[in-house]
Amino acid sequence: MACADTELHHLDKPLIWSGFKQLAPISIFVIVFGAAFGLAATQAGLSSSTTVVMSTLVFAGAAQFAALDLWGTHIPLFTMMMTVFAINARHLLMGATLYPWLRHLSPAKRYGVMLVASDANWAMSMQAFSRGKPGLGLLFGGGLALWFFWVVGTWLGVYFGSAVSNPESLGLDMVMGCFLLSMVIGGEKNLRMLIIWTVAATASLLAFRYLPANSHIMVGAVAGGVAGTVWGAQNDEH
Amino acid sequence: MNIEAAGTGIFAIVLTMAIVTLATRWGGVYVMSFVPISYRVKQFIQAMSGSVLVALLAPIAVTGDSGARIALLTTAVTMLVLKKPLPAIALGIVAAAITRQF
Repeated sequence: MACADTELHHLDKPLIWSGFKQLAPISIFVIVFGAAFGLAATQAGLSSSTTVVMSTLVFAGAAQFAALDLWGTHIPLFTMMMTVFAINARHLLMGATLYPWLRHLSPAKRYGVMLVASDANWAMSMQAFSRGKPGLGLLFGGGLALWFFWVVGTWLGVYFGSAVSNPESLGLDMVMGCFLLSMVIGGEKNLRMLIIWTVAATASLLAFRYLPANSHIMVGAVAGGVAGTVWGAQNDEH
Repeated sequence: MNIEAAGTGIFAIVLTMAIVTLATRWGGVYVMSFVPISYRVKQFIQAMSGSVLVALLAPIAVTGDSGARIALLTTAVTMLVLKKPLPAIALGIVAAAITRQF
């Protein structure tokens, strides 16, 4: 493909629609996961409107599930903020990794697109960029698909959730884990990545065991990042 | 500070969660507009972006029940063989469901 680097940030309606359609099949799982959240939220004592509004405004599955753990008659605001931040800190990295392409957009478009940034559409768009294809349509269109089906799923979970009385026995709690793992394995695979993953996993497990809750995500990410810098620099010198 | 889980208190909590999440979605892009992306920084971020997922998954794999572990293993193997996420995720979930029936 004679696609110059400057064209990869292209974003128009056909690309957004194409991104929406490409992420739509995955959205079946998003509906199921959203329904699991709706059900869990109802069991945690959230009203149906609170649950649906949360999915609409927050749109971050892992953080929303974690928030349910902190739910009670009184909710610790600061702990809630730090938990949500720690789990969603990976969005900072998504924005940073997407910046080389996002910088060509106007600020309104740039931050508008990022409204719906999440794991699946970010991974798909990065994959597209690495193959020399435009990825921002996948990011925004795909993000809109994920957001829409996440809210629909939540709504279904709240209103018809009684049909799924035990989501864990159906393996539904593993949707996120299996999805993220398929994204990891679908990416670049070589010795360098294997070393980086090992460092990240080890650091994460140590932090998980000895440091405050949820810090393991950032600790493992930073450790893996440092490992990638060290290993990559060695390659350069040869 | 504790917020009472009633009326406006609940709305304040949900709104706070939304604002914190939005800050993470915008923050990375905003910061990058001030820091030039060197080769090293790019490498760091690339390594970091994969590591986030690994860091998130590692405790799930280690502390999860056998259903969780078999689910992840099934997804990993299917993904390596078929290279398609949808069947990999579906089989992982089915594996967890089957394991937990026993």
